[in-house]
Amino acid sequence: MPELPPAVRGFGVTFATMFKKVVTEEYPEQADRYPPKPRFHGRHQLNRWADGLEKCIGCELCAWACPADAILVEADSNTEEARFSPGERYGRVYQINYLRCIFCGLCIEACPTRALTMTNVYELADDNRADLIYEKKDLLAPLLPGMIPPPHRMVPGTTEKDYYAGKVTGSVPEQEPEGDSEIWYETQEPAVREGRA
Amino acid sequence: MTIAPQSPTEVAPTDLVTVSVDGIEVRVPKGTLVIRVAELMGIEIPRFCDHPLLDPVAACRACLIEIEGQPKPQPACAIAVTDGMVVRTQRTSPMADTAQEGVMEFLLLNHPLDCPVCDKGGECPLQNQAMTAGRGTSRFEEEKRTFEKPINVSAQILLDRERCVSCARCTRFADQIAGDPMLELLERGAKQQVGTAEDEPFDSYFSGNTIQICPVGALTSSLYRFRARPFDLVSTPTTCEHCASGCSLRTDVRRGVITRRLAWDDPEVNEEWNCDKGRFAFVYTYEGRIASPLVRENGELRPASWPEALDVAARGLAAARGRAGVLTGGRLTREDAYAYAKFARVAMGTGDIDFRARVASDEEAQFLASSVAGMPLGPTYADLDRAPVVLLVGLEPEDESPIIFLRLRRAAQKKGVRIVSLSPVRTRGMDKMDAQWWACQPGGEAVALRQIAENSADTLAALRQPGAVILVGERMAGVPGALSAAAELASSTGARLGWVPRRAGERGALDAGALAGLLPGGRPADDPRAREEVAAVWGVEASSLPTGGRVGQSLVDAILGDTSRAEREEERHIDALLVAGVEVADHERAEDLRRALSDVPFLVALSTHHNDVTEVADVVFPVAVVAEKAGSFTDWEGRTKPFSAAIHGAQSVADGRVLAMIADSMDVTFGAGDVASLRAEMDRLGMWTGARPAAPSVAPAASDASGTVALATWRLLLDAGALQEGEPHLAATARPTEALMSSETARSLGLGQAGSVTVSTDHGSLELPLRIADVVDGTVWVPMTSEGSRVLAIGASHGTRVRVTGGTA
Ligand code: SF4
Ligand code: SF4
Ligand code: SF4
Ligand code: SF4
Ligand code: FES
Repeated sequence: MPELPPAVRGFGVTFATMFKKVVTEEYPEQADRYPPKPRFHGRHQLNRWADGLEKCIGCELCAWACPADAILVEADSNTEEARFSPGERYGRVYQINYLRCIFCGLCIEACPTRALTMTNVYELADDNRADLIYEKKDLLAPLLPGMIPPPHRMVPGTTEKDYYAGKVTGSVPEQEPEGDSEIWYETQEPAVREGRA
Repeated sequence: MTIAPQSPTEVAPTDLVTVSVDGIEVRVPKGTLVIRVAELMGIEIPRFCDHPLLDPVAACRACLIEIEGQPKPQPACAIAVTDGMVVRTQRTSPMADTAQEGVMEFLLLNHPLDCPVCDKGGECPLQNQAMTAGRGTSRFEEEKRTFEKPINVSAQILLDRERCVSCARCTRFADQIAGDPMLELLERGAKQQVGTAEDEPFDSYFSGNTIQICPVGALTSSLYRFRARPFDLVSTPTTCEHCASGCSLRTDVRRGVITRRLAWDDPEVNEEWNCDKGRFAFVYTYEGRIASPLVRENGELRPASWPEALDVAARGLAAARGRAGVLTGGRLTREDAYAYAKFARVAMGTGDIDFRARVASDEEAQFLASSVAGMPLGPTYADLDRAPVVLLVGLEPEDESPIIFLRLRRAAQKKGVRIVSLSPVRTRGMDKMDAQWWACQPGGEAVALRQIAENSADTLAALRQPGAVILVGERMAGVPGALSAAAELASSTGARLGWVPRRAGERGALDAGALAGLLPGGRPADDPRAREEVAAVWGVEASSLPTGGRVGQSLVDAILGDTSRAEREEERHIDALLVAGVEVADHERAEDLRRALSDVPFLVALSTHHNDVTEVADVVFPVAVVAEKAGSFTDWEGRTKPFSAAIHGAQSVADGRVLAMIADSMDVTFGAGDVASLRAEMDRLGMWTGARPAAPSVAPAASDASGTVALATWRLLLDAGALQEGEPHLAATARPTEALMSSETARSLGLGQAGSVTVSTDHGSLELPLRIADVVDGTVWVPMTSEGSRVLAIGASHGTRVRVTGGTA
């Protein structure tokens, strides 16, 4: 059989491909059809206790463990007026810099309270650098039903040990802030709230 | 950690013993502790209670080692070596190793292991040694002992008793070093805990040291609580800017903000200790700072660009050349003070410069010129240790120079140094130093010193012994004749004389020439050779350097244009002032100075914060705080301690640079004004070697009995000082503001033994609670600059006669 000219042979490949199964995934239109694997390392999340208090105690162990120096934590004391987590200490400033993070997961391994875990969220693109530094408000887990946004007091009659022992299963009405604790937070200078003061 | 200071004398070979540690033979001085020998050999033995500057107690048992011939393991920190001793540490002895692991497991039984919320986490000897000398697992399964956490042992210091390993470092420090034994180990067994008496918090001036030496996170400070982990911090060795003791400190900075300061090791000065002011008073470095240059326009200060402000300042100062004055305050680094001294003479053509923003006198200026400025090192801290007797004249070391207090206390207790304090009040500090109280009415110090031969023959004899030291305090500047008498006494007995200013920058400013009549290096401004030397380095004509100059009172008079003074006729009034970080309220004649500042036609202020000076200034330049710049301080001994900037990349500029920029705008050759070039110039100049002016010989003032009672006063360590602002926890540990009187005086004035008194002058009055104390009769003591007791504001100072009445005026 005489050899066909190479140009025509090339069209043969093209023609044959038209009858093959398509492997292209329609992203982002059909993103839901292709969920990541359950243990995929995606964006981090700062978890809450069942009553809404934060689990993070601002210990900085995650920041210490991070090989990419992507995490910045500044802790502070919980007070009677403004309690964010059970116990003495909470994370006042919490930032993860997704320009640096390599999604290795060492931080979540280091976290002693399981405050920090990773979600499957991988859509972390943006058009500027500043927005890729996620603040505490961007990382905190959403409030589920039964949770009250901190600051508020612990479930009356419990200690932080009860929280760690899993004895707190939801909020109680007494924990509803009496007006001023939330106002306290709102009235702070931005510098105080963001920990620059 | 430091090795305890070795005695400077060589050890005679006969005092050496041979010991073997882990099979290696060494010869060490007899009596050395086994743990020190191991340290010197580089063998690390775990330890908690051991501290080289505290007496051994062997409380924690972490350091167990095997000594041949002893059936049980022994604590290395409490056993002194003997000749032929054979020691085996955990490296070679299974017995020692097991013992150490056992102790570590025991110490961790009740330890809460709450490292994630503990400030010590990351720099904790317990964490570290549990890893190096402990077992990986614990066999303890029961409930741990718990305590309420944390409790305050003072406003500044929090105690978490669960974490305590009962090492007794804090209690031994409080008892042995500070002499404030308010911390105690209470209870026994598992319940053993550190505590204070209910009504007596640990309000020691030195309390912060316990936080630093606590080997676990049981003691933490309110200020540093939860603020950082060690890996967040950039640490820089610095010199304290708060007093002339000259402590070496370590400043820890997180993202451009100081988070804490620690005592750093300088065996010649502060050893490993410092006071709470140096440790905790740094909030001022980041609160309320001036952000940009300011220029006054239509009576209001408004932000201006640097070029604009420089231009305005340069024009104003140039116009007043030869009719200008400079007030530098006592807080500048040595280099910055030198820059002012040079700027005054070269750019402003004036010799009217004074660094003393406090009670000061012409007699003192003369005393400083004759006996202090440009003098070599000494007397030193080590001289205090060795002295047969130390005479304190108008100096309360615990308040005015805390490290002198610690040294004297140790010298008295360990070496039997005799301390005599000439003071109107017998203070707690004196008792702690075992000092002998030589009572004297305030203002009567000069007379007392002159009469020493008759009154106190044994003191005189003691002062004649070689090595005797006389220390005079800042308040003697306000007692006519006192400094003359002290200088006279020193020269007649041969005792060494030390001048102890309170502020960190005073000695440096004096040596730098920031005092009229003195050029840098202690050179007399009217000595031709001195002028030549300085002119050569500055690149000016010697004839252009101003001679003399006015200080203190006459300077204020000159600014005020006080017509009663002869200067008015000579047209030597002052038309422009350059003022550095000066608190007007600290000045002896605060009201006059305040008036002078608002009267003077042109006022330039270089300041970190807004104060009474910037309020009326025509141009304000923001300058760096000490932590933001390199420089050096000269302590009371004359020891210069350089440091580099602790806060890197700060936007602010040091005073010296600002002056150089103004000089540039004035077209005056000044130099770059940076630390390196200023230092190089000072080094080229060196200290004056020629003749010095004679010591003052001012006669004691005749006692004036116009009021009922003589006022004694000095500044407490923790008071209303500007650099202590913004730290309420520190302020809460200050001594109470109260008036002290003897019960005799109180009775004669018809006052009760308690209640409040009113101390008044023609200019105002103070109302304070009264406490009966050991005060010389006819005298009332009040703190000089505390909240609610501003002595200068009522026109009084040490030695003034005042009226004292009961209750409210
Ligand atoms: S996933 Fe890894 S790189 Fe990212 S923040 Fe955590 S530790 Fe750092
Ligand atoms: S996320 Fe976890 S590890 Fe990080 S600071 Fe909070 S509690 Fe500590
Ligand atoms: S508080 Fe600290 S220094 Fe004091 S005894 Fe306990 S562990 Fe030792
Ligand atoms: S003693 Fe003086 S130099 Fe030392 S830390 Fe205290 S204030 Fe600073
Ligand atoms: S260090 Fe020796 S017993 Fe504590």
